[in-house]
Amino acid sequence: MSQTANSRRNFLKTGAIAVLASILAPHMVLAEEADVKAALDKLYSGKTMAAGKIKLDLPQIAENGLVVPIGIDVESPMTDADYVKAVHIFADGNPLPNVISYRFTPECGKASASARMRLAKTQNILAVAEMSNGQLFTAKQEVKVTIGGCGG
Amino acid sequence: MADEKKPVPRVRVPANAKAGELIEIKTLISHVMESGQRRDAAGAVIPRRIINKFTAAFNGKTVFEADWFPSISANPYQSFFYKAKESGEFVFTWKDDDGSSYETKNKLTVG
Repeated sequence: MSQTANSRRNFLKTGAIAVLASILAPHMVLAEEADVKAALDKLYSGKTMAAGKIKLDLPQIAENGLVVPIGIDVESPMTDADYVKAVHIFADGNPLPNVISYRFTPECGKASASARMRLAKTQNILAVAEMSNGQLFTAKQEVKVTIGGCGG
Repeated sequence: MADEKKPVPRVRVPANAKAGELIEIKTLISHVMESGQRRDAAGAVIPRRIINKFTAAFNGKTVFEADWFPSISANPYQSFFYKAKESGEFVFTWKDDDGSSYETKNKLTVG
C-alpha cells in the first residue's frame, strides 16, 4: 500500500518538474531567438525572407566550441546586375547574436567565404543573404557543441 | 601580458592567374580576440578587444569586407574568392578595437 502511495507521489513529483521545465524552457529559447530576431530587425525590419540559395558549411557536431568552422556559399551569377551584396551570420545561443557580416562585390566572382567562430553551446546558426535587387534569403542549421567555447 | 604581441597577418594568394580565373584568398592573423564576456580570476570582466573589420581591396577598390563580432575565434581566419581580371595589388587591412590597423599587400599577375 505504502509502495503505491510512494510511486504516486513520485509520479506527481516528476510531473510537477516536467510542467515547471516546460514553463521555463520555452521562455529561454524564445529569449535567445528574440535576440537574433532583434538583430535581424535592425537590418531588415518588415522585409520578407525566403529559405534557400545559401549553402551552409557547418559541422553537425563541434567537439570544441572555441573553433567551429563556418562556411557560406550563396547561389548567384555575381555580375554587376545580379550579385550578393551582403551575408549576415547569427548564432542564437551565444551571449551576442551577431557572428559575422560580409559585404561582397561582383569582383568576388563567387559569394563564398569561410571563417571560424566560438559557440557557447548547442545552438542554431542562421545566415541571411541580401541580393543586389533587395531580395532576402535565409538558411539555418543546428550545431551540437560538446565543449562550449565561451570561457569564463 | 603575453597577448600584447603585435598581430602578425598571413595571407595566401596565388602570384599568377589567368584572366577570368576564380582564385581563393586565405588569410589569418594572430590576435587574442578577447570577447568582453570573460572574467579574470578576481571576477572582473576582461575588457573586449577584437579585430572588428577585415577589408580586401584590389587596385584601390574594396572588393570584400567582413565585420567580425566577439563570437569570432582567436587568431581569426578568413577566406573568400576573387575573380582575376587584370594585374595589380591586393591590400588587406584588419582594424583593431584599440584603433590600430594592420596591413599587408600581395601582388597578382594576370596573363
